Amino acid sequence: MRHFVEELEQLKTKLLEMGSLVEASIQRSILAVTQKDRNSAEEVFRNEARVNSIELEIDDFAINLLALHQPMAADLRLIVAALKINTDLERMGDLSVSIAERALSLMEGPVIKPMIDIPHIAGLVQSMVRKALDAFVMRDADLARSVLASDDAVDSLRTACYHELISFMEQDPSNIQQALNLLIVTRNLERIADHSTNVAEDVLFLVKGVDVRHHAESRA
Amino acid sequence: MWPAKMASPAASGEPKPAGQTAPKLSATDLNFYYGSFQALHGISMRIYENHVTACIGPSGCGKSTFLRTLNRMNESVRNTRAEGQIVLDGQDIHTLEVSEVRRRVGMVFQRSNPFPKSIFDNVAYGLRINGSFDRSALGDAVEHSLRRAALWDEVKDKLNQSAYGLSGGQQQRLCIARALAVNPEVLLLDEPCSALDPMATTKIEDLIFQLKSSCTIVIVTHNMQQAARVADFTGFFLLGRLIEFNETPVIFKTPAKKETEDYVTGRFG
Repeated sequence: MRHFVEELEQLKTKLLEMGSLVEASIQRSILAVTQKDRNSAEEVFRNEARVNSIELEIDDFAINLLALHQPMAADLRLIVAALKINTDLERMGDLSVSIAERALSLMEGPVIKPMIDIPHIAGLVQSMVRKALDAFVMRDADLARSVLASDDAVDSLRTACYHELISFMEQDPSNIQQALNLLIVTRNLERIADHSTNVAEDVLFLVKGVDVRHHAESRA
Repeated sequence: MWPAKMASPAASGEPKPAGQTAPKLSATDLNFYYGSFQALHGISMRIYENHVTACIGPSGCGKSTFLRTLNRMNESVRNTRAEGQIVLDGQDIHTLEVSEVRRRVGMVFQRSNPFPKSIFDNVAYGLRINGSFDRSALGDAVEHSLRRAALWDEVKDKLNQSAYGLSGGQQQRLCIARALAVNPEVLLLDEPCSALDPMATTKIEDLIFQLKSSCTIVIVTHNMQQAARVADFTGFFLLGRLIEFNETPVIFKTPAKKETEDYVTGRFG
């Protein structure tokens, strides 16, 4: 039994390593966009292989735990949550790569608008990722619920940004390339927020045993 | 198979299958004593028709004692006493003849215990003591019971051979066939697979799954995975008390009580 508990701890540690790497990638990709920092973008690209490799390690480890120990109750919920969080973190890593690619493209063209909205969205998104991972570490259901509440704010900001960028494109077609890059950046930030929402939902399943996806709690 | 719809525990206040209001069998405030030792403390549990209910818990928790009170088997143990009510289809079983209770609520034990008789005579035994002697009718009933116990194809050519010649798994299915021969409404299984290998265990579990369409089943098992696989409802016993009773997935995914959580995750004690 002690052996199994130690293996569960190893799973959590590995997932946190994955979380730290992905958080760093997100932060670097945002710096690449907002500070025009080519080095940060390149660091994101370097990180990607490691993120992918850890994703495979975690899946393999978790599947072995399921097969060999047939866990129940909180242990079962932890392993299922870890598998799902792992997938969400890897997708966040992919999205930060896409943001870094857009950052390089943005560096090639003119500045079409001051960087105000994107740092604002990015700050919210980073806070959501941080809180979702902290909620997992501390098994804090209240913190996880606060992540779910933040998602709407990101969606609203992203929609406002979308309309502004469309109007830039309509005013001057030479803005299209840069505006499209910024649209993709905001879209990817919003997707990262969605994945951190998924992580928070998995934490609620882990801690409380409730399924809040698609408003399942209100249907029950 | 996709799970059958259960009524919402939150809505009804207790776990039960959708569409069933009255339980097939129920215990209410059941206490049981071996001399001065109280083995069961105020057990209340509802057992629903055509469902499998599992009792789990560590050794000495009272789950087998509870099972044996359901067909008054404990009365054969000297210096014992039961308090509380056990109701079968609306009737207190203590108001019925004990032979009727045991015909309607059959039992299969941990160790297969075939009689030193032929396979045929083992299955026909209960029918004969209930007054059935017509050879043709007996033959039909024995075949029917052996088919229900998924044993017919393996023994149909050696019905007159000794039951002791069967493997452990076959002997256990023979005991189930013997119990089924008198058409019990409820079947109590006390650790039916504890002495069997994984393949024989799988056959018994498949059999339990098939039998529940015609019979109500209560199983005591030490094997939590087995309870998870076969049972619709599970009760966790500890020190003679029913700590938690709920739909099986709830017990193994999100138990409400810490004691249950500790037991099913192996952190008990």
